[in-house]
Amino acid sequence: MNIIVCLKQVPDTEAQIKIAGDAKSIVTDDIKWVMNPYDEFGVEEALKTKEKFGGEVTVIGLGPKRVTETIRTALAMGADKGILICDDAADGSDSIAVAKALAAAIKGMEYDLIFTGQRGVDDDLGVVGASVAEFLDIPQLSLIEDVEFAEDGKSVKVKRPVEGEVLTIESSLPVLITTQKGLNEPRYASLPGIMKAKKKPLDQKTLSDLGLDASDFGEGARKLKIVELLSPPARSAGKIIEGESPQEKAAELARLLHEEAKLL
Amino acid sequence: MDFDLTKEQKMIRREVRKFAESEIAPVAAELDEKEEFSADITKKMGEIGLLGLFVSEQYGGEGLDYISYIIAVEEVARVDGSQAATIAAGNSLGIGPLYYFGNEEQKRKYLPKLCSGEALWGFGLTEPDAGSDAGGSKTTAVKNADEWVLNGSKIFITNAACELSLGITVQAVTGTRPNGKPEYTCFILEHGTPGFKAVPMHKKMMWRASSTAELYFNDVRIPKENMLGNKGEGFHQMLQTLDRGRLSIAAMGLGGAQGAYEAALKYSRQRIQFGQSISRFQAVAFKLADSAMEIECARNLLYKTCWLLDNKRQFEKEAAMAKLYCSEVMGRVVNHAVQIYGGYGLMKENSVERFYRDQKLLDIGEGTSEIQRIVIARHIGCL
Ligand SMILES: Cc1cc2nc3c(=O)[nH]c(=O)nc-3n(C[C@H](O)[C@H](O)[C@H](O)COP(=O)(O)OP(=O)(O)OC[C@H]3O[C@@H](n4cnc5c(N)ncnc54)[C@H](O)[C@@H]3O)c2cc1C
Repeated sequence: MNIIVCLKQVPDTEAQIKIAGDAKSIVTDDIKWVMNPYDEFGVEEALKTKEKFGGEVTVIGLGPKRVTETIRTALAMGADKGILICDDAADGSDSIAVAKALAAAIKGMEYDLIFTGQRGVDDDLGVVGASVAEFLDIPQLSLIEDVEFAEDGKSVKVKRPVEGEVLTIESSLPVLITTQKGLNEPRYASLPGIMKAKKKPLDQKTLSDLGLDASDFGEGARKLKIVELLSPPARSAGKIIEGESPQEKAAELARLLHEEAKLL
Repeated sequence: MDFDLTKEQKMIRREVRKFAESEIAPVAAELDEKEEFSADITKKMGEIGLLGLFVSEQYGGEGLDYISYIIAVEEVARVDGSQAATIAAGNSLGIGPLYYFGNEEQKRKYLPKLCSGEALWGFGLTEPDAGSDAGGSKTTAVKNADEWVLNGSKIFITNAACELSLGITVQAVTGTRPNGKPEYTCFILEHGTPGFKAVPMHKKMMWRASSTAELYFNDVRIPKENMLGNKGEGFHQMLQTLDRGRLSIAAMGLGGAQGAYEAALKYSRQRIQFGQSISRFQAVAFKLADSAMEIECARNLLYKTCWLLDNKRQFEKEAAMAKLYCSEVMGRVVNHAVQIYGGYGLMKENSVERFYRDQKLLDIGEGTSEIQRIVIARHIGCL
């Protein structure tokens, strides 16, 4: 089974995010970059599938040169090949444009499956997976927490949580699956894996290599424009309710929720 | 000059840190409290490649340079001293002598299991009456036809009495040299050999989740094929093993200092007294500034020593310096860290309490600080 994983490099979830002077982007200087956690689930699921059915896992990322680090991490985990779409003209592209470039890179390849995170933990948009499937004209299964292949490896049955219930869906291949938390526990890149990754192929491609027109990409081509970024308001201190007995405290809490917070 | 680590070395640091934070950090305090060795964590450490890093691939290792090994120990020690001890001793004292001095057959027999983390190996040098003065060992091996008969005992032997312990390298007196001093030879001894008893040592102040053993040898018969290297090479093998081993103890000092410093820095910025973060008080800030500076110096000294070793230069003097300095830096840093935590630093719920205890071993194990000063003094021509 040949599997593709699309992955994004995002700021570490513990990084302190600062808004840049233009009020539309963030300061990236001191940020530690990591693989989008949802994409890690994708890499893990791809590797597990490969271990069962054989084949090859290719990881594709888009972004500046530093994204090679994230691709190398996936190679160290066990993926076979990496592709980085790296082009200054793609800087500032919106999700649709990113999906278009990823789909163009995937188009010429032989594949049965594509995994990607249900969303990037940076912008939280969740558009790329569906758009890639649309550009490739293949089915997509979103927010999946369990993947099971038929014995012959020709179809797949997946589970998606829906409002406390579980929806089971079946699909033929090829298919694009976006991953949800709970799908698996991503493995660590082992030290031997890190050394082996050194020798694995990592191709770099520009937009024109993929037959794409640079004017469809970048800040200018955005369909979705960021108007302003704001920090969340600072949280004020909590309130401790005093009282002699639990009953008294509960009564006071109810009064405050009603009169001050106006929630009740 | 180039101070950059390679891409792979950086990735090793990142992955080992991730592993240590998610697999070791959550259980470190509990294992310490219960004084419990964890075979499960040791196997996991083996799986991601933390054992046999410098061993070539044909014996199940990773063929990495020494600096990669040191970074890995440093990152584990940043989270927990006991687990770092298991891999530092497992590699430097367990795997090292077999890899450097074993013959082909011995290497094939033992190294793959030790590099995978399925099994651990000890290094039996210290005896009740021979600690710093390793030349005073009394354990003897006497030749009898095709066997050596071992009698005596060892103490404080790491990784030698847990469910994964497979065997030990044991140093014994095998005769007298022409100059009248004892002649030493090392032997490979498997657990389960009749007459060989390993007893776990309990009630340790530090490294409580690392296995430490007392070993007793009562007419233990060792086949002659189990000699490590040649007769009479034991003392040199031991010195060479300790020279390298010092670097991994240094890495434990560096990593432990880093972990305690990070915790103290974070705490000092959150703890409010007199209406402000205590990190704003100069007395606290200066402790952290000193810690940051000393950690930087310690890292530079240790990495340079690894560079010397990786480039096949003389590194023995620097190894003693790095072991001594990194251990003492951690001593000063954990002292500051507990002070910055105030009363909470004395409580087990904070990792700095454990780091404070774990540090003390570093001034003592694999050559005390006094012995390191003697080694350095000898190298610079004082003695
Ligand atoms: C947890 C733990 C794990 C260990 N693991 C191992 C292991 O795996 N294998 C192994 O072989 N050993 C191991 N050891 C033993 C360790 O290496 C010894 O404890 C150490 O070498 C010191 O020996 P000693 O304890 O007998 O102290 P001693 O040698 O009795 O020293 C006592 C004090 O006297 C000082 N002193 C001694 N001689 C001199 C001198 N000439 N000049 C100045 N001061 C001096 C020392 O510095 C020290 O302060 C371990 C020890 C511990 C605690």
